[in-house]
Amino acid sequence: MRASTALGSAPRIFSSTTTIVYLVFFVVLLLSTVIAASAGRSFFTQGNISVLLTSTTVLGFVSIGQTLVILVGSLDLSVPFLVSIASVLSAGVMAGQSANMASGIATALITTTLIGLVNGLLVGFVKINGFIATLSVGLIVSGYLFSNYRGSTGKAAPALASLGEASIGFVPVMTIIMFLCLVATVALLAKTRVGLHIYAVGGDPAVARMSGIHNAVPIIVTHSLSGLFAGIAGLVIVARLGVGSPGVGEQGGYDLLSIAAVVLGGAVLAGGRGSLWGSLGGILIFATLDSVMGIMQLNPYLKDVVRGLIIIMAVAVYARSSIPRTTFRFPVASEGRRASVSTARGEL
Amino acid sequence: MKLVFALQARGISKSFFGYPALSNVDLDIRRGEVHGLVGENGAGKSTLMKILAGVYAKDSGFVRLNGEEVDFSHPVQAYKAGISTVFQEFNLIAERTVAENIFLGREPRVHGFVSRREMTRRTEALFDTLGVDSINPAVRVRQLSVAQQQIVEIAKALSYEPRIISMDEPTSALADHEVELLYGIISRLTARGVSILYVSHRMREIFDLCDRITVLKDGQLVATHDAAELTEQELVRLMVGRSLSALFPPVAPGTTVGEVALELEHAGNGLVDDVSLVLRRGEIVGMAGLQGSGRTEVLEGISGAAPFTRGFLRLNGERALIRRPKQAIRKGIAHITEDRKATGLTLNQSVMDNALAVIRSTQPSKAGKARHRANQLFLELELAARGPDQEIKFLSGGNQQKVVLAKWLLAEPRIILLDEPTRGIDVGARHALYSVIRSLAAAGHAILMVSSELPEVIGMADRILVMKDGRLAAELPLGSSEEAILQAASGVSASEVAA
Repeated sequence: MRASTALGSAPRIFSSTTTIVYLVFFVVLLLSTVIAASAGRSFFTQGNISVLLTSTTVLGFVSIGQTLVILVGSLDLSVPFLVSIASVLSAGVMAGQSANMASGIATALITTTLIGLVNGLLVGFVKINGFIATLSVGLIVSGYLFSNYRGSTGKAAPALASLGEASIGFVPVMTIIMFLCLVATVALLAKTRVGLHIYAVGGDPAVARMSGIHNAVPIIVTHSLSGLFAGIAGLVIVARLGVGSPGVGEQGGYDLLSIAAVVLGGAVLAGGRGSLWGSLGGILIFATLDSVMGIMQLNPYLKDVVRGLIIIMAVAVYARSSIPRTTFRFPVASEGRRASVSTARGEL
Repeated sequence: MKLVFALQARGISKSFFGYPALSNVDLDIRRGEVHGLVGENGAGKSTLMKILAGVYAKDSGFVRLNGEEVDFSHPVQAYKAGISTVFQEFNLIAERTVAENIFLGREPRVHGFVSRREMTRRTEALFDTLGVDSINPAVRVRQLSVAQQQIVEIAKALSYEPRIISMDEPTSALADHEVELLYGIISRLTARGVSILYVSHRMREIFDLCDRITVLKDGQLVATHDAAELTEQELVRLMVGRSLSALFPPVAPGTTVGEVALELEHAGNGLVDDVSLVLRRGEIVGMAGLQGSGRTEVLEGISGAAPFTRGFLRLNGERALIRRPKQAIRKGIAHITEDRKATGLTLNQSVMDNALAVIRSTQPSKAGKARHRANQLFLELELAARGPDQEIKFLSGGNQQKVVLAKWLLAEPRIILLDEPTRGIDVGARHALYSVIRSLAAAGHAILMVSSELPEVIGMADRILVMKDGRLAAELPLGSSEEAILQAASGVSASEVAA
């Protein structure tokens, strides 16, 4: 037994911030139940839970990728356009034929992964800031989409459409697939070198480089995966709507929503800190809010006000609960002050 | 045949921007010895260490490791060849665990997946080798104390199975009992045949630990001696090796110490307490003390960066309240901060923009005229720059500092607070800065100068204030010795310091 257990061994999967994320989630869930009940309705109907899970699925896929990109210290603003391009490409290739399903899926996912790779190369090698690089690539994809497609296009393969409607119990199959992808990505982060290097590069690029890591590698891997997951999100939309649409990603607002979900999940925007479980909690919080506001038939614009307030409150709580006790090299007298500076910087 | 030397370096030279930092330096490190590397700030110790670590490429000379010539272009190459380095700035990622940090970039894998169990096991084995059992490999580095982080750095260095570990000022952030722990670790390492290159300013540690000592001065090798052959006085003489008067200009003609410009009475700001002092016009007051003793915090109290909450501050005999830097500037106080790059300059702006920064924010209406005055000041300070539009990051440290001075002089201060004014500045440029400081005193400014370099304090100051644990420990007159200052700063008697 090592003497330092006084320090507490850091829990590997659920960090303290992630615990708080789920506490916030349960508070939101409890309030939602109470509010629904006070209006004479029930929150926990099977139909409502199904809707709630469905609405987590698309944002879930996008947020898995966004979490990776944020952990490495970058951002992905091109995701909504990748969702859209995946939807039009897959629906276009499938053209309503189940025989074309595999080629439709492959076309969409290869395209979005390659665009993600371009993002990664721009950030990792050309060293363009992630915000700017993905914004620009997103604009280019958006221009391509709207100059080549007008309104909905193509048709989902029937097999894909039925997969979109299938569920096991009240849990949609697509949600289960999303969850499995999330678990696989958790394993990637915890059990592979590149996963650990994602955290290292996001945490301190200079130290990572000094330790012999090629910083571009984790950056390129995360951006490519973000492209892949945005593509899968596009497929989920095609499965549900039956057609592809050049504006469907933008309408979903998946760029800012996914970033918000990741931040709500306790990740630090500067990188190096956060977890996929936290991001999942962030998505569940959003989905619960949407669901209860739907039940209460609130003005949809008011939803955004509530979302905004929740993000501010949650992130303020995280900042207080996880004051970094970083000890600096020459602190002694000024330690308190510098620590507070680092809090301000590191926690938004 | 077994080689006696773990490392032999010959004729190592390195210059930066045309300024030689090292010229023709030789270094031999024997197996299993602790080899001290000493010299004043700017003597070239860090440069030599970074060349051995693969951080800098040498301009000429060669390095033999176990008889084979090596040439590194990346730190990892040096690690793999057998030279590990514990830098003064930690190379740890705060949000990652101890084990993850140690094996960063070389994580052990089982069946292709990173094995935390293996990583933990090897980390514990490293700590066992070091005789440390108080650090949990699964804890995040940010939860560790500075001393524990230092141990993690050493464990990381050891994990490459090095022949040589170089350590840059490893005790600068450690408390006394932690230093003992480090001594223990070092003796365990040398017993295993690892050589240690030990860079330190602290005489006591050098003599406690080192078998041999290499002295550098102004980028050149002075001598390598067995530690047993040297006394402390001899070592200091080798390090300084020149009379102080050559580096520090005499008091400028026409300097007269005049009336009191600033007075603190029992001032405190939570970081320092009960500080009472007087600054007079035309006088240079030095402030010494160990790292973290509160020197910087006194300056920050005066300049409003960390305002005093207790006691009184008087300017020209009248009580003044300073809560923000802007108020201090308006009252004629200039604060040249310790960290030039972080708080003194905006690095990607031009020389002129930097020089006008203070005047623009406090007296915007005078900014136009100040531009002309700034150009005059650049000439007077003999600023070496391509022009006022050059980005300041391309200037040498000494010239950057001159711009910082110009920035403050434009605001026409009466009181000038200098915090480590020559940090990271080469010897030639220092002399120029010292002359500027002398002439500022002659012009009637009251100057308070904080410095970690005792020769600088002794060579420049008319009086020396010594801080200890957030309080003023002593006021020493002109001509005080380094021993007297150290004694007051560390609270031990002179004989202990010398021992």
